[in-house]
Amino acid sequence: MSEIEKHNYDVLVVGAGGAGLRAAIAARQAGLRVAVISKSLFGKAHTVMAEGGIAASMGNVNPRDNWQVHFRDTMRGGKFLNNWRMAELHAKEAPLRVWELETYGALFDRTKDGKISQRNFGGHEYPRLAHVGDRTGLELIRTLQQKIVSLQQDDARAINHEGADEGKMKVFAECTITELLKDDSGRISGAFGYYRETGGLVLFRAPAVILATGGIGKSFKVTSNSWEYTGDGHALALRTGSALLNMEFVQFHPTGMVWPPSVKGILVTESVRGDGGVLRNSEGKRFMFDYVPPVFRGQYAETEEEGDRWYEDPDNNKRPPELLPRDEVARAINSEVKAGRGSPHGGVFLDIASRRPADEILRRLPSMYHQFKELADVDITAEPMEVGPTCHYVMGGVEVDPDTAAATGVPGLFAAGEVAGGMHGSNRLGGNSLSDLLVFGRRAGDGAAAYVATLKGIYPAVTEGQLREAERTALTPFDVATSPEAENPYALHAELQQTMNDLVGIIRKEEEMREAIEKLESLKERTPRAGVEGGRRFNPGWHLALDLRNMLVVSLTVAKAALLRQESRGGHTRDDFPKMEPEWRAKNLICTTDGDEVIVVEQPMIPMREDLLELFDRDELAKYLTDAELPQEVQSS
Amino acid sequence: MSYDAQFRVWRGDDEGGDLVDYTVEVNEGEVVLDIIHRLQATQAGDLAVRWNCKAGKCGSCSAEINGRPRLMCMTRMSTFAENETITVTPLRAFPVMKDLVTDVSFNYKKAQQVPAFAPPPGLEPGEYRLAQIDVERPQEFRKCIECFLCQDVCHVVRDHEENKESFSGPRFLMRIAELDMHPLDALDRQHTAQEEHGLGMCNITKCCTEVCPEHIKITDNALIPLKERVVDRKYDPVVWLGNKIRRRPS
Ligand SMILES: Cc1cc2nc3c(=O)[nH]c(=O)nc-3n(C[C@H](O)[C@H](O)[C@H](O)COP(=O)(O)OP(=O)(O)OC[C@H]3O[C@@H](n4cnc5c(N)ncnc54)[C@H](O)[C@@H]3O)c2cc1C
Ligand code: SF4
Ligand code: SF4
Ligand code: FES
Repeated sequence: MSEIEKHNYDVLVVGAGGAGLRAAIAARQAGLRVAVISKSLFGKAHTVMAEGGIAASMGNVNPRDNWQVHFRDTMRGGKFLNNWRMAELHAKEAPLRVWELETYGALFDRTKDGKISQRNFGGHEYPRLAHVGDRTGLELIRTLQQKIVSLQQDDARAINHEGADEGKMKVFAECTITELLKDDSGRISGAFGYYRETGGLVLFRAPAVILATGGIGKSFKVTSNSWEYTGDGHALALRTGSALLNMEFVQFHPTGMVWPPSVKGILVTESVRGDGGVLRNSEGKRFMFDYVPPVFRGQYAETEEEGDRWYEDPDNNKRPPELLPRDEVARAINSEVKAGRGSPHGGVFLDIASRRPADEILRRLPSMYHQFKELADVDITAEPMEVGPTCHYVMGGVEVDPDTAAATGVPGLFAAGEVAGGMHGSNRLGGNSLSDLLVFGRRAGDGAAAYVATLKGIYPAVTEGQLREAERTALTPFDVATSPEAENPYALHAELQQTMNDLVGIIRKEEEMREAIEKLESLKERTPRAGVEGGRRFNPGWHLALDLRNMLVVSLTVAKAALLRQESRGGHTRDDFPKMEPEWRAKNLICTTDGDEVIVVEQPMIPMREDLLELFDRDELAKYLTDAELPQEVQSS
Repeated sequence: MSYDAQFRVWRGDDEGGDLVDYTVEVNEGEVVLDIIHRLQATQAGDLAVRWNCKAGKCGSCSAEINGRPRLMCMTRMSTFAENETITVTPLRAFPVMKDLVTDVSFNYKKAQQVPAFAPPPGLEPGEYRLAQIDVERPQEFRKCIECFLCQDVCHVVRDHEENKESFSGPRFLMRIAELDMHPLDALDRQHTAQEEHGLGMCNITKCCTEVCPEHIKITDNALIPLKERVVDRKYDPVVWLGNKIRRRPS
């Protein structure tokens, strides 16, 4: 048995992306002692990769924008499966959260009158995304990182020290949480993990844990996501007895790079289309005009001319169909490639070169220019890009209370950001994640602080037995390494990714999903035998062996929920059930685990509040809701 | 289109280590990081390396390739001859932890020593008005992905461990310049840049600018202007005094 380092905190934030950092700021500002834990270095979380912008209805570019319009767009984008209370809070609070960033030092691009500039994005009725070129996520994470430092500097000043004081808020970088701990009464008591750098084990005692661990994309082969996205938070929540919802909804971003093979999946920001880029097939045709689905008919331009006019005069023209929500565009590209009208490397063409002057492209999309130039030898100011769908975001996640971010079923557990479910329904609009991180990150910090206050200083205990158990699990990959049946974690991972990509990908069929579940179950049997060579110091093989356990249980929730939901909606497309069914809209699928077994059950949705329903035309609602759910027909006078 | 390349990778930890030779497959379009990953998956499961985005956006995968500080994910294999031996070593200016991973905590300590943005009193959230032209200068510096390649290459610390105490390095001197140029920042930055962060030790060799993967003109646009402003101030006793007095109440 090895020495285990021990710490005591009031609130533990697992994750140092936008959601985690915003939560930590809120909890610290409520007077609590906070630890932030992150698998990578401080400032490198996935949020840093976000490009396009943060959605908030500030109305700086088009004054007609307001929270109601944003709410409507979000619900439409999610095909009305969203948790409407979350969508409401998000739309109302996003502007305040963005303005707040300026007081932390963020420098957004500006409008002519000096306000924060806002750009167009798919599914947003007005220009709504606050941005910094195409590196908005970097600005967001650096700003929050610098705000954390500034709070540490305040703490130092309060005790007459210079510089920063880490006594009340500390970031534990390159540290992975492997287990959450509960006391006898089922309340959170802490978390257990290891330092990646040294391999040392560590216990954090804390009555409140906020999960802000991001997504699950590393279970898929073609993805825009980094190694961090192994669904740890999703799996931790399941193992602790909480629940996940909407796991069948995985967003495939329509435009990932397709060539060269080593960069396949890397994101090409939607701003390319927001700023005038168009999609063409091998025949040179702007095919998106053929793919406007009935629910959106009438809201998008029907001719290229009208679509083009919209960039200059959005009040009198409809937007081009390249800016439909992502699920629609991804499916359209998929169909074009299948029909043999794809580009040489199996994608379609994304063309901005022929549509905008080179200097404008360079100014608005500098990092895209850089990315294509350096990785694919393509000059996007002179030639079209080749793009295709890539696994990008998981709409599903921990079931939470909208107002406090408290996770279902486990007192002291909270979740915010991509790891939380509900907000985006069946499909997330671009830009709505960064705003989600800020709105619900803050709410989670406040929610955790309010919960901790109710404990009056008496915190749930961690037992020695729990510690030893967690230690045993964490070190298993070293013990099994010498067994003749030992498996290579990298090979297991590759099998898992191929399975999810081929069988539970963008278009799904019953037989394939059954096959996937079988494969996943057999991988689940083999994973405990994943062995590693070498020692405990920064050993990526060991890290992966432990992450695999999480990826597998999360992949099983995706596959099992996808098999159950017999309709197509947002990020879930069934070849065998191609239609959207109002009966299914009224239901969420809830995943829990019993031991190793994943269980999925249906749960009715809470009907939308009257005043929110009134924001929509009855005709539009009728496309999504069952007759029984529709508001009473008002007598026309 | 595949070929076998010769790689020499530094393997070891804080107690010592050595260059180890590998022969490894390379495919069309790949970058150095792809090859390191292939080594991990096939020959050296415990080879330590940092990375996240694989697209030059996070600044995690810094290392020295043939002695030159670079991002592994942005270094294409096609820039080397097929028969060339490619040597990958950890950043030299920071203590090694394992293989290609170094202890970069120096940078996070320096970051904590730069006083944060001080918002102007009386301006509420939502009331900030800034001209695009005024934000563009500090925005250039905010493109920084904190890869610390500039910190690694700058000779003031690269060969002089003892200077680390008094020198914050190009990344953080640039951060001070950024705040100094922020149209709304309310603090005096120029004095501390010189007295506490070692601006005077920079002798404008521009090595930092040369390695910056974001192509930020660190020396020309941040360090030299900051130096000029410091000099102006030094010789102007009234400004100098005025600043001291204004700073007190905060
Ligand atoms: C290329 C790309 C571009 C995008 N562009 C946009 C955009 O323009 N607009 C938009 O709104 N959204 C965008 N998104 C989506 C958005 O960036 C993410 O959904 C969002 O950043 C997730 O933030 P988060 O705070 O939930 O998690 P992250 O920022 O991913 O942070 C997760 C944190 O959890 C930590 N962690 C995970 N597991 C553990 C563990 N077991 N122990 C300890 N720590 C752990 C990680 O180390 C990390 O610090 C984009 C996504 C990608 C991939
Ligand atoms: S210009 Fe200054 S900071 Fe940059 S490398 Fe040279 S001495 Fe160092
Ligand atoms: S200034 Fe350039 S080289 Fe230095 S840390 Fe930032 S991105 Fe890296
Ligand atoms: S992996 Fe992010 S910069 Fe190389």
